[in-house]
Amino acid sequence: MSLILLIEQVLNGIQFGVMLFLMAAGLTLIFGVMGLINLAHGSLYMVGAFAAAAVAGWTGSFALALIAALAAAAAAGALVELLVIRRLYDRDHLDQVLATFALILIFSEGTRYIFGSFPLFLDIPAALSGPVLLPGGILYPLYRLVIIAVGLLVAAGLFVLIAKTRIGIQIRAGEADREMIAALGVDISKLYTLVFALGAALAGLAGALVGAIQSVQVGMGEPVLILAFVVIVIGGIGSIKGALIGALLVGLTDTLGGALLPTLFATFMEPSSANTIGSAVASMAIYILMAGVLLFKPSGLFGAT
Amino acid sequence: MAREPLINIILFALFPVTAGVAMVLDEPFIITLMTKAAILALAGVGLNIALGLGGLVSFGHAAFFGIGGYAMGVLASHAQSYTPIMETPILIEGTKSMLVIWGVAVVAAALAALLIGVLSLRTTGVYFIMITLAFGQMLYYFAISWPAYGGEDGLSIYIRNDFPGLNTLDPIQFFAIAFTVLAAVLFIAGRLAKAPFGLALSAARQNPERVETVGVAPFRLRLVAFIISGAVTGLAGALFADLNRFVSPTMFSWQTSGEIMIFVILGGVGRLFGPVAGAALFILLEHVLGGLSDFWHVYLGLLLLLVVLFARGGLIGTLAGKETAHD
Repeated sequence: MSLILLIEQVLNGIQFGVMLFLMAAGLTLIFGVMGLINLAHGSLYMVGAFAAAAVAGWTGSFALALIAALAAAAAAGALVELLVIRRLYDRDHLDQVLATFALILIFSEGTRYIFGSFPLFLDIPAALSGPVLLPGGILYPLYRLVIIAVGLLVAAGLFVLIAKTRIGIQIRAGEADREMIAALGVDISKLYTLVFALGAALAGLAGALVGAIQSVQVGMGEPVLILAFVVIVIGGIGSIKGALIGALLVGLTDTLGGALLPTLFATFMEPSSANTIGSAVASMAIYILMAGVLLFKPSGLFGAT
Repeated sequence: MAREPLINIILFALFPVTAGVAMVLDEPFIITLMTKAAILALAGVGLNIALGLGGLVSFGHAAFFGIGGYAMGVLASHAQSYTPIMETPILIEGTKSMLVIWGVAVVAAALAALLIGVLSLRTTGVYFIMITLAFGQMLYYFAISWPAYGGEDGLSIYIRNDFPGLNTLDPIQFFAIAFTVLAAVLFIAGRLAKAPFGLALSAARQNPERVETVGVAPFRLRLVAFIISGAVTGLAGALFADLNRFVSPTMFSWQTSGEIMIFVILGGVGRLFGPVAGAALFILLEHVLGGLSDFWHVYLGLLLLLVVLFARGGLIGTLAGKETAHD
């Protein structure tokens, strides 16, 4: 495999990882602050993608589509938090898994009812389409570079938000001791709604950004949701830093595994079976990575023990 | 008399009675639905051993369900095409015998549960949920990308496997097989819950420190429970594959894990007949709501949400009132 191809795959892996980070950041915040497993996070991703596709089809503007995705996902998140999720904070994980599984069914079928079963398409805006020439003569799609940039900006913004702002201090305090900050006069239920809506908005943003390179369809959220869970489990639940590193690890493992393993296996096997076994192992690679991490660090790389 | 045993008896009798009436009315479809309910209930009974008794929230039981299904698919497809599974070092041939297939399914699922359990039980809480999910997904993607047994398309078996003395293609006879297996497993699971092993397992769920203090290792109890649980779900998978005469990677999917969990919760966690009630209700809803609307999953979701939020003992818990049976 040539170096240029390898660099392209690394960039693809980073782009995938950054997108996973947008999902995982919300999940890990929600788990860290509220102690809630939210399986319906993938549905919020789908809501963002559908809102973006609908508004883009309507107005033709990608910027408006992104705003719509953020707003729709945040609104759906806040609504779900107020109606359902806040009844689940004191329940065990089993109840949370089931109730949010039920929410997936409702969101997926509801979306199918409104938009039909056929996928929608969201076009990359003209200004961001086409390849750019990177140093070293590599042609790479501009839009994917933009996704990487947006993701890294969001990551930086989140770090600032959590580390420097008043809300961030309240969020960290809520993770540490929720009774205490409620006693100190912080409206904890409003804070919870806010954190949930923030996580939802990030998922919606990811959905809209990815919607332009994949088709927008019902059920698009679940595969990403599972990967986002893998990310936060690898990174350690509740840690934003862990989510970022976990997301990049998973993105790179998945992309490079698919590209490199068949070639690697071919060095000591016949080509046909190397291809089969290589791609089979590659499709399992991130789960093997996760199992491996948990074996040595049962609460993830950056998790509190 | 306590209400729960009575409910259990009525619920249990409902299966053969419905199937019998359907046979008299010549409605083979209803019999097949009851067979499906009995098999899914069996999968739920398996999960309930880990979840209800052991408190192990496994989100990856589709792994065992799928292994059972593929045990059937692989053995029967080799028998169907008259090609041996392997020739060296020993000759292993496929088979159409249901009993052999069940044996292979149970052993394979138990071995997988041993492996997954040894690794997963090192973690607790949400990490356990996620690592079991990850193992399920691992097998799912493996089944999709491994071309030898159909890959993404799955495997079709043209004729149902043989059971000595019965015609398995006759719906009522196949129902009888599935229902008998369910009854036998329920009997064993009921005995297990009251045996020293089950009591120790329950104790380990309620207070692991105390159990450890009296010299019982929770890890070993949980591992054994996880293996038994996986083996039962694997058996259900083999029967399910035989019912459909088809296996596909969908059996390994995380939605399958979620559905098996739904049977347990709808019926009532930790109650012996909970999964039976849950699976029966699920099939009933699928049939009734599915007939009313193409979007019946919305109603299923709403119902499930209401059960989780407001009816915490599940169907049996709600019907039986406040008393709890297995705690």
